[in-house]
Amino acid sequence: MKRRLFVKKATLSSFATLIGTEIVFGSNILDGYMPLALQDPDPFKMFSKNKEMIVLNDKPWNIEAQAHLLDDKITPNSCMFIRNNGLVPENIDVKNWVLKIDGESVAKEKTYTLSDLKSKFKHHTYQLTIECGGNGRSEFNPPAKGNQWTVGAVHCASWTGVRLKDVLEDVGIKNNAVYIGYHATDIHLSRDPKKEPISRGCPMSKALQDETLIAFQMNGKDIPFVHGYPLRLVAGGWPASVSGKWINRISVRNKVHDGTKMTGDAYRVPCKPVAPGEKVKDEDMCIIESMPVKSLITYPKSGATIKKGKVLNIRGHAWAGELEVAKMEYSIDYGATWKVCTIEKPINRLAWQHFSASVDFPQTGYYEVWAKATDTNGIAQPMLLPGWNPKGYLNNACHRIAVKVT
Amino acid sequence: MSEEFDFFNHVKKVYRLLLLLFSLFVLAGSSLVYYMVNPGFFNFKKSPEIQIAVEELDPDRIENGIHVSTGFVDAEGLMTVVRNCTACHSSKLILQNRMNAERWNATIKWMQETQNLPDLGKNQEIIVNYLATNYPPVDTGRRAILTNIEWYELKD
Repeated sequence: MKRRLFVKKATLSSFATLIGTEIVFGSNILDGYMPLALQDPDPFKMFSKNKEMIVLNDKPWNIEAQAHLLDDKITPNSCMFIRNNGLVPENIDVKNWVLKIDGESVAKEKTYTLSDLKSKFKHHTYQLTIECGGNGRSEFNPPAKGNQWTVGAVHCASWTGVRLKDVLEDVGIKNNAVYIGYHATDIHLSRDPKKEPISRGCPMSKALQDETLIAFQMNGKDIPFVHGYPLRLVAGGWPASVSGKWINRISVRNKVHDGTKMTGDAYRVPCKPVAPGEKVKDEDMCIIESMPVKSLITYPKSGATIKKGKVLNIRGHAWAGELEVAKMEYSIDYGATWKVCTIEKPINRLAWQHFSASVDFPQTGYYEVWAKATDTNGIAQPMLLPGWNPKGYLNNACHRIAVKVT
Repeated sequence: MSEEFDFFNHVKKVYRLLLLLFSLFVLAGSSLVYYMVNPGFFNFKKSPEIQIAVEELDPDRIENGIHVSTGFVDAEGLMTVVRNCTACHSSKLILQNRMNAERWNATIKWMQETQNLPDLGKNQEIIVNYLATNYPPVDTGRRAILTNIEWYELKD
């Protein structure tokens, strides 16, 4: 009993150092929770994730969904992928949290507390598709280095915050502004305090869009700790790394931001097409901006067996970076013929769109249902892997599920 | 007489009310003190008790040819890899990847340039040999077939 009490006290104090606050009534939240030092870390408990999520890496945390977990129209926290470049922040002091806006291209540096941001600016809510630039990396051949995401590094939650452009307008931006870059409180893997795990950003044109938010809520609640509490930059339709978590500073730059993972080959693809495995010089690599058109069949889960004569109702989501999905099709004969799916309009710009179809199978046997989205520029998903690139980004090849008719 | 009686009755009522309030106050106060001392008591949702394994796991244990604490294949150079490669990042990051010697070397160079990895000296050759031998790239063509399908009966 004494030991258990000690353990519980130890738990609470460790957690207190972890989150900085909220300890007095901690016993309610923490029932059954043990800190990392005392047990094998259970990320599912720690981050409230669905047990079917796949842990790719635990230092840093990288966890992805499976297609069938993403069936909800608005992705709940439990099924949102986690992509961390460093260690999660160890001290989040919400009371003293400030967002500083600086850089060569601000008229004058300015800082905002969380309550300043919430009270000074109008709140906006958008549902935004956020996909990791490396989603689908596992399929590239020759393989690319890094976390081997399959299909589950995408989500479309509802984000509430203030517009970055409203804040930048309040600060005052010079005419020579080119790019914004965020800075955050996560910790470099080496624990070197001088190093940032990641500090990316976007051109002013993206920063000034209505849907680019400094968010403090996700799906109507405070942003979950691992997804960027208390502040996250959210830029839908672009690689998820632009949507910086735990941000405390945004620099308005007079050149392309040169923070960690903006330079070299990070989040870049060859400016000109290359052969698989070819070496590409850093200066021939271009920064990824809008993500390409893509879709996922989220129902049924791959591996469904149905009786002959039964119709199979499929559904899923499709998205197209900065664009919209104009057409959605499916094929049960490896692309020999395509049939049209019903596709809904997005709830707002940069939100994914829901599709559905009723599929008939001519006879018993093994089938694959392939889904293909086409964007408003007439660009469709490829059935094979798109152009190989050294870091394995932008795999938007058609998703497929296996079905057996008996 | 009746007025006096009335007054006496009122006083008695007020007295009772005060007594009740006071006892409630004492009760609430002591519960709060108890709660501070033993905050878990009022949580009626009992969770299963957590047992903590105090047994020391042997960090070098090998089972069925796999180094248990990292998941690495037991082969020449294993412990050099464990010592040098899992201090900063998880072994999971290595296990996901498949590269030839040239690209494992390039990855080490990248970690030295950006991630504070020190010079590995003669260990680099041992590490790269181990990785390129046990985790080489596999040719998957332009699109691999679906594998590991878990078949189930779809009910609706």
